[in-house]
Amino acid sequence: MTKVYVPRDSSALSVGADKVAIAIATEAKNRGLSVEVIRNGSRGLFWLETMVEVVTDRGRIAYGPVKPSDVPALFDAGFLSGQSHALCLGVTEELAWLNRQQRLTFARVGITDPVSLDDYLSHDGYRGLKNALQLTGAEIVKAVTDSGLRGRGGAAFPTGIKWNTVLGCQSDQKYIVCNADEGDSGTYSDRMIMEGDPFVLIEGMTIAGVAVGATQGYIYLRSEYPDALVTLSQAIDVAVKAGYLGDDILSSGKAFHLEVRRAAGAYVCGEETSLLESLEGKRGLVRFKPPLPAIEGLFGKPTVVNNVISLASVPIILDKGAQFYADYGMGRSRGTLPIQLAGNIKHGGLVELAFGATLRELLYDFGGGSASGRPIRAVQVGGPLGSYLPESQFDTPLDYEAFTTIWAVLGHGGIVAFDDTVDMAKMARYAFEFCAIESCGKCTPCRIGSTRGVEVVDKIIATKETLEHSKSIKLVRDLSDTMLNGSLCALGGMTPYPVLSALNHFGEDFGLVAESGAS
Amino acid sequence: MVRFGDDSLLDSYLTQDETSVIDALIVQYQSRPGALMPLLHAIQDQVGFVPESSYPAISKALALSVAEVYGVVTFYHHFRTHRPGRHVLHVCRAESCQAMGSEALEAHAKKCLGVDYHQTTADGAVTLEPVYCLGNCALSPSVMIDEAVHGRVTPADLDALIAEAKAS
Repeated sequence: MTKVYVPRDSSALSVGADKVAIAIATEAKNRGLSVEVIRNGSRGLFWLETMVEVVTDRGRIAYGPVKPSDVPALFDAGFLSGQSHALCLGVTEELAWLNRQQRLTFARVGITDPVSLDDYLSHDGYRGLKNALQLTGAEIVKAVTDSGLRGRGGAAFPTGIKWNTVLGCQSDQKYIVCNADEGDSGTYSDRMIMEGDPFVLIEGMTIAGVAVGATQGYIYLRSEYPDALVTLSQAIDVAVKAGYLGDDILSSGKAFHLEVRRAAGAYVCGEETSLLESLEGKRGLVRFKPPLPAIEGLFGKPTVVNNVISLASVPIILDKGAQFYADYGMGRSRGTLPIQLAGNIKHGGLVELAFGATLRELLYDFGGGSASGRPIRAVQVGGPLGSYLPESQFDTPLDYEAFTTIWAVLGHGGIVAFDDTVDMAKMARYAFEFCAIESCGKCTPCRIGSTRGVEVVDKIIATKETLEHSKSIKLVRDLSDTMLNGSLCALGGMTPYPVLSALNHFGEDFGLVAESGAS
Repeated sequence: MVRFGDDSLLDSYLTQDETSVIDALIVQYQSRPGALMPLLHAIQDQVGFVPESSYPAISKALALSVAEVYGVVTFYHHFRTHRPGRHVLHVCRAESCQAMGSEALEAHAKKCLGVDYHQTTADGAVTLEPVYCLGNCALSPSVMIDEAVHGRVTPADLDALIAEAKAS
């Protein structure tokens, strides 16, 4: 029986992975060959999807990008024994794109069958939880704190400190909430984890529950991810049946229950207090802080709210130790960051690296430059609320503090490349427009400022080289200042990042000649 | 289906079966913590939208006001208050897709279908909606038809998807 891996990741499905899987199974049957098709997560080399892997004596051999029509020729060439073919990429583990990475959180993604608990266990799964069950809550929290893990959703708040606050609260009920409302354009690492290795998220949440004394977890999953919902739900069922979730986890006497709740297409619900409102069945209006969700969170109870990647990074910390994780990275950014290359990029995909690599390495060494073959002119890092960076800033290392220094954010690690056909005034307009569409409406700077912002940028575009133009430039800066300092949450408070960075670095697109290119 | 003169009534008219489905879902979900969102999802999954005529029953079961239910339904982009076409086409408008020409794709979709966003084609086949990221950003531009995401979509690909949707 030859094992053939065909991803079930939704990006792979978006270019026909299901049809490829069916074609392989059908072709094997017609030829009387014994083939087991296993649906794995994606290795994250999306330009090579559908990437098919065959298990051979030399290891797993990759072929891609495979279309259903390529399948008969692959059989003819003997791909089931790893023979050469125009689409053959060689041994997967030796692919330069993969073997230069440091995959800790993504250690199993693309390798295992995401809903096979046996596969998870045989690839070091649940070792972290087993260790955690031998420790006190305070010891688990200390390990997470010592690892240096900071919130990977974007805010980069130290995870251990958050957990410690919840641990210290006395309450009859506490909650673990996973923020899987991955709305940032250019990001898909949460999705890849949930579709490619859901058990690692389940394990991370269970460890969090054991650590702080929470017995109920919720995964708030965006509604745009129907495939992730299926995979997560399957994995949760398996975990419950095997005793990894429920009233008595691994006979430890500790309980942890987990439920997936679907979001409904509101970007602002990625903000933690808005998310909690939504989970409670309300409009996703941002809450004032304090009280912190760690003290009064879901249904008024102490609640840990963490991003998918933060929680999925916990098992390896509890398995291999805080120091192992902290040994990766630079400065105060410890561990690894799953970076997502997106937009106009030749080789888009998931690159997990220790903090410290530069944007240039990511864009060119990994990304291979733009997809269009034109020069990369601007890069937006950290989603729709992240700054646009010009070429002169491409040597900035991926590090939270280094990005703060250049008035930018790493956010959730998404990098969106634009070639030289981009109109940055239009992108600034879009940033305001997006904020207007997604504003929850609670605070005035965001609700009104975003709409006024669209109008002012329109005016800037329409009035180039007139007196009105310089007035509008001043107005957009004033407005941005109000939004930056007066908004209740990051939606209104950070919309000025893309707007002002576009204006400052790409002034020529706004009709500013003299200052163009100045940073 | 009974035909009314007013389109908006037609769009939200429920069959007896649909009313029963909604009533059953309310019973099934009402005792969950934070029941409203899962309930609205369940109704939309089964009926295709969340009809305004269901708000009184929902509000009664969950001890909310009708206004609160209305507020939640209309806050979230995902929930529809009117019956959609047989298929829903979401075109991604977010930055990554813009970097790969989604603006042209949007214009193409609107032109081919003869509708703007939030509208349904005259033959009832396709409702067009914008979406802000499908998480398929390494393979931009993307669209989603019903629950299937398609990546690296060209106008010709879109034509084929629309033709397929119209035929089914």
